[in-house]
Amino acid sequence: MKGTPLNSILTIINIYKDFIFHHQQGTRLQVLNNFSMEFFPGQATILTGPSGSGKSTLLRMMYAVYRTEKGKILVKHKKKFVDIATAQPSVIYEIRQETIGYVSQFLRVLPRVSALDTVIEPLIARKMDPQKAVEKGKEMLSRLRIPQNLWHLSASTFSGGEQQRINLARGFVAPYPIMLLDEPTASLDPENRKTVIALIKEAVQAGSCVIGVFHNASDQKKIADRTIDMSQNSCQPMEA
Amino acid sequence: MTGMPKQNTLPLLRVKNLSKFYGKTMGCHEINFELGKGEVIGIVGESGSGKSTLLKCIAGKLDTTNGSVFFNSSFGFIDLCTTQEAMLRKIIRSQTGFVTQNSSEGLRMGISAGGNIGERLMANGMRNYGQIRKIAQQWLETVEIDTDRMDDLPSTFSGGMQQRLQIAANLVTDPKIILMDEPTSGLDVSVQARLIDVLRKLVSRLNLSMILVTHDLAVARLLSHRLYVMKEGRIIESGLSDQILDDPREPYTQLLVSSILKP
Amino acid sequence: MTHIYNFAYLDEQSKKMIRRSILKAIAIPGFQVPFGGREMPLPYGWGTGGIQLTASLLGKHDVLKVIDQGSDDTVNAVSIKDFFKKTAGIAITESTPTASIIQTRHRIPETPLKAGQIMVYQVPIPEPLQFIEPRRPETAKMHAFEEYGAMYVKLYEDISKHDRIVTAFDYPAQVNHRYIMSPSPIPKFDNPKLHQSPAIHLFGAGREKRIYAIPPYTDVHSLDFEDYPFELETWKQSCAFCGSKTTFLDEIITDDKGSRLFVCSDTEFCHINQTKDAS
Repeated sequence: MKGTPLNSILTIINIYKDFIFHHQQGTRLQVLNNFSMEFFPGQATILTGPSGSGKSTLLRMMYAVYRTEKGKILVKHKKKFVDIATAQPSVIYEIRQETIGYVSQFLRVLPRVSALDTVIEPLIARKMDPQKAVEKGKEMLSRLRIPQNLWHLSASTFSGGEQQRINLARGFVAPYPIMLLDEPTASLDPENRKTVIALIKEAVQAGSCVIGVFHNASDQKKIADRTIDMSQNSCQPMEA
Repeated sequence: MTGMPKQNTLPLLRVKNLSKFYGKTMGCHEINFELGKGEVIGIVGESGSGKSTLLKCIAGKLDTTNGSVFFNSSFGFIDLCTTQEAMLRKIIRSQTGFVTQNSSEGLRMGISAGGNIGERLMANGMRNYGQIRKIAQQWLETVEIDTDRMDDLPSTFSGGMQQRLQIAANLVTDPKIILMDEPTSGLDVSVQARLIDVLRKLVSRLNLSMILVTHDLAVARLLSHRLYVMKEGRIIESGLSDQILDDPREPYTQLLVSSILKP
Repeated sequence: MTHIYNFAYLDEQSKKMIRRSILKAIAIPGFQVPFGGREMPLPYGWGTGGIQLTASLLGKHDVLKVIDQGSDDTVNAVSIKDFFKKTAGIAITESTPTASIIQTRHRIPETPLKAGQIMVYQVPIPEPLQFIEPRRPETAKMHAFEEYGAMYVKLYEDISKHDRIVTAFDYPAQVNHRYIMSPSPIPKFDNPKLHQSPAIHLFGAGREKRIYAIPPYTDVHSLDFEDYPFELETWKQSCAFCGSKTTFLDEIITDDKGSRLFVCSDTEFCHINQTKDAS
């Protein structure tokens, strides 16, 4: 593939993204213009810049939550490169299940599903033995200090911070070659923040490509192998 | 929304250029889409958008004016619009399911819950009362209806229970595809939540393929992999569920999405 | 005076039309053939269907027996016999083996029928699916596409409510492994007599204008479940007149104190059985 370094796992080529708000006087918001970047396994990249500079937008485009009308987003999936911008839905489902994990800022809570079941759902989807999946889920919940008596309850009754930790548990319980993290430490206390940073480091060490948005400067420093300043939008990757 | 459908060479359903006109009035027009095995697609839009009309055409309950509905049945990849009625009825009876908005249309209200579930089994030749009853009991458990109610009439059930009974009565023959027409309409929010959860579990456990017509985008998001937005009889936008709901492009889609009440 | 009427009341064209329908019915065992029912000199509900069939089939040399609930001498049976005596002048009999045509309401004679005999049944409601599916276009499709699930649902409901199939008469049966028919309100006790019978069985519904038939030596199976098989009625008693233990018994209340008698419903058979014992 032209312009793709041999060991990149995710390559973005000249993407463009805008939003047109038809019911707000047709306001047009251009967020990304001619943006290109490569990402590599075993490396943590932090996106920085003021709000509106396209950090979350970029993450969402990489997960195909936002559509890409111009440009390519090439993901190494099952040893081949797939362009997420034009891939078939069934391929995107596969990529989301096996190749790219995404921890957003919000947990979508289902009222009757227990916290434990929410956490192990990606493992069950990968057809892991349910008992093994439950064990892994419990490990993860313990690590994130969710009290055991809450495990069988629906996360809909949890506090914001607890919900975020369920979200994180679910995001990290299954290994992914690429991980997208959108403000994962936002509502966490220092102890839990330390745990999450440890989880991220472990993932990177195991070979994952981690791409994240963090507001906390010290968190950024602890994790980043490189930083990308989105405010410039012409994107000179800066070595940390 | 869980479960990851796999690509097959032929889709389970391919709707091609489907149109339904009532005289000069358009019900739906130039509808094109495909459904893969294990996929749930939601068709959303407001009343009068033509979504129920479309679903009924796919289900064989309405004659189409134009177009094809190719179904990957056990008899081959055939166009339901041109299939002879005997074959069509056979396919519909055992390989498809249709859950209507109005339970009294989809159930025999004068027959017990067990009888409703058992009817398809009996229609397909099952002749052992004990076995029919056992299967009916298992399905009542699956859709979370108290098995003590097996011999009760559906008219004594709440709306949510009637809907779940309809689902059981349709799934009992293990159909390849199930079509649902506004299954949560008219139900209380808590009842809706239970129904949606039952559906979610069934979809993932049975690898169900489903087309869900609803005007409720929140329901569509919870259950569907992909969404089609209909307006005035046409599909105006389509994509993955989170794409439609988080990145709506068309003006009408934006209007629909912005109207979802968030708690 | 018979010269006012054509032989057996109906005009020849009507008889031809009905015979054509009968032939169609025989060609498709159990299938309900619509026919152009004629106005008869008695109201619907009194056997006009059966009478039209008999009228179309009678020839000068036929011998007719008419029974009602198994008896040759009830009002209806006698009236119908008088009608055909007046309009056709044919021989009338009470003897089952002697008759060439037997018209009946609600019973089949106990004496087995022979090849060459014709049973004509009076049918009120020809459609076995009537009470589950009242829409006629829908039942027509169900028969056409052999979609009989709903019929078995009815039996299922019986068992779930009463722990057994409680249908005691007009018990649905499948003819020639294809169409499901209502055998008219004969008791289920009589259903086995239809299976592989040497005679022709014709069913006529006057109000609903349908004819259906079971040709000779046709398989007729009463519907049931593997674990709830079709069962005949049984009585602890035997006939008070002839002692029979194998016939269908009527229960007759004889006084105000509630004493009752069980006697054969088939009066002719009972009479013969009595004289047989005596000899």
